[in-house]
Amino acid sequence: MDAIVTVVGKDRVGIIAGVTQALSASGVNILSISQTILEEYFTMIMKVDIGHLSVDRKTLNDRLEVEGRQLGVQITLIHEEVLKAMHRI
Amino acid sequence: MVFTNAEIDETIQMFRSQKLDVRTITMGISLRDCASTSGAQARQKIYDKICRYAENLVSVGEAISLEYGIPIINKRIAVTPIAMVAEASSDKSYVAFAHTLDAAARQTGVNFLGGFSALVQKGYTRGDRILIRSIPQALAETERVCASVNVGSTQAGINMDAVRQMGFVLKALAGRTANAQGLGCAKLVVFANSVEDNPFMAGAYHGPGEGEVVINVGLSGPGVIKSALENLEKAPFDTVAETIKRTAFKITRMGELVAREASRRLNVPFGIIDLSLAPTPAVGDSVARILQEMGLERVGAPGSTAALALLNDAVKKGGIMASSHVGGLSGAFIPVTEDEGMVEAVQSGGLSLEKLEAMTCVCSVGLDMIAVPGDTPAQTLSGLIADEAAIGVINHKTTAVRVIPVPGMKAGDWVEFGGLLGGGPVMPVSTLSSAAFIDRGGRIPAPVHSFKN
Repeated sequence: MDAIVTVVGKDRVGIIAGVTQALSASGVNILSISQTILEEYFTMIMKVDIGHLSVDRKTLNDRLEVEGRQLGVQITLIHEEVLKAMHRI
Repeated sequence: MVFTNAEIDETIQMFRSQKLDVRTITMGISLRDCASTSGAQARQKIYDKICRYAENLVSVGEAISLEYGIPIINKRIAVTPIAMVAEASSDKSYVAFAHTLDAAARQTGVNFLGGFSALVQKGYTRGDRILIRSIPQALAETERVCASVNVGSTQAGINMDAVRQMGFVLKALAGRTANAQGLGCAKLVVFANSVEDNPFMAGAYHGPGEGEVVINVGLSGPGVIKSALENLEKAPFDTVAETIKRTAFKITRMGELVAREASRRLNVPFGIIDLSLAPTPAVGDSVARILQEMGLERVGAPGSTAALALLNDAVKKGGIMASSHVGGLSGAFIPVTEDEGMVEAVQSGGLSLEKLEAMTCVCSVGLDMIAVPGDTPAQTLSGLIADEAAIGVINHKTTAVRVIPVPGMKAGDWVEFGGLLGGGPVMPVSTLSSAAFIDRGGRIPAPVHSFKN
């Protein structure tokens, strides 16, 4: 079960480390990462597999929420099926 | 599957800042097999059946919302019009049935249950009469039950006896809920051409032509449409319509995903998707603001009806392409108290009841959530209902009236209903009398279906 994780915010040390740590601690497998910095703004889009979570979805969402607050970035996890429904016929 | 950054960002913004949501997953449940010569026995069957079918409705809705990251605001139930079920009994009042429905709604955890209803477009049965008489007490004494009465249809014409009676029912209901500003009236819809699969409250019921049990999903998203139009300042209407259509398509596809998933997990057939732009009092969730985005200073300005017509039609077209089963009302709702842009337009003096009536000719429903003075005569309310019914019956569309004659208030006063129902100014109603017209009673014949000019 694939999902897309986006991370957006002001660049600082440790964003990738923090986010990937939160993901791996929940059993999320990262499939691909694309990341850029645009005028001090950090943007990362990851494709991940959430089919084998070691925690429930609520816990994963909460962890990402907490991690995002600590890093000062906005982390969003969106199910691939939602994107597929909206953008692919 | 690969998505572009723009696609991902568009979807995230829809949820995060444009308030896109699945407004309701509504389970329709047939209660036809619950009829009994004993009222008590019928009520027991009704309670048991609703609780059995809808046992997991709320938890499944919450699980889907969590897993897919899609806000699902309400979980609701619609049942067979109670007049059809209760009339096999010898009960003289159906208030007890409303209490049973309220208890079932609490037990299953849904916030509204619709179907305390009667379909009397051509005439009353004994049960219809009892049900309509029971409405004021039933809605005053229950919290989650919604009622509706269909008084007209394109095939049958308008039952003017029912139109007259509903004016008095509204007054009685407002009186019984006077300490809550007549709030009971917000739970009662008077329809013409009501639809059997509408998932939106207060007008939802499970029509007699529906199956045993069904899942219908209502979507909203005025904020998404408004945002899509924000970059099109000087674009011609072709572009505006096309943009609305494309956006409606995307939203509906998302709703279809939720509906299919809910249907699978509950093991209940999928019925329809209803894409209706249903505003809430929250800023950024307004239909009025979409019309303003098209270039009107405020809703009510000349051109408002045309703007709404374009919006309503484009929403339907996008939705129809996106799902094989689109139903319900599907279009744009134009309630007043539930839409901060409408409220502002009324307050500024730019939007009158008469302009709203004109706009209902092209919106998906009708006069919705409009507060009127508490001393408005019953026959005047009936007059409003008759006019709306006529618009619906002649134009082959659903129309409805949900007005609240607020006890003790006069035009210009501010009334606050709270929550999703919002608040707004009490709107002035014509003081010219409709009494002699309404008191005639009888039926307005069905319109001719040819010679359409």
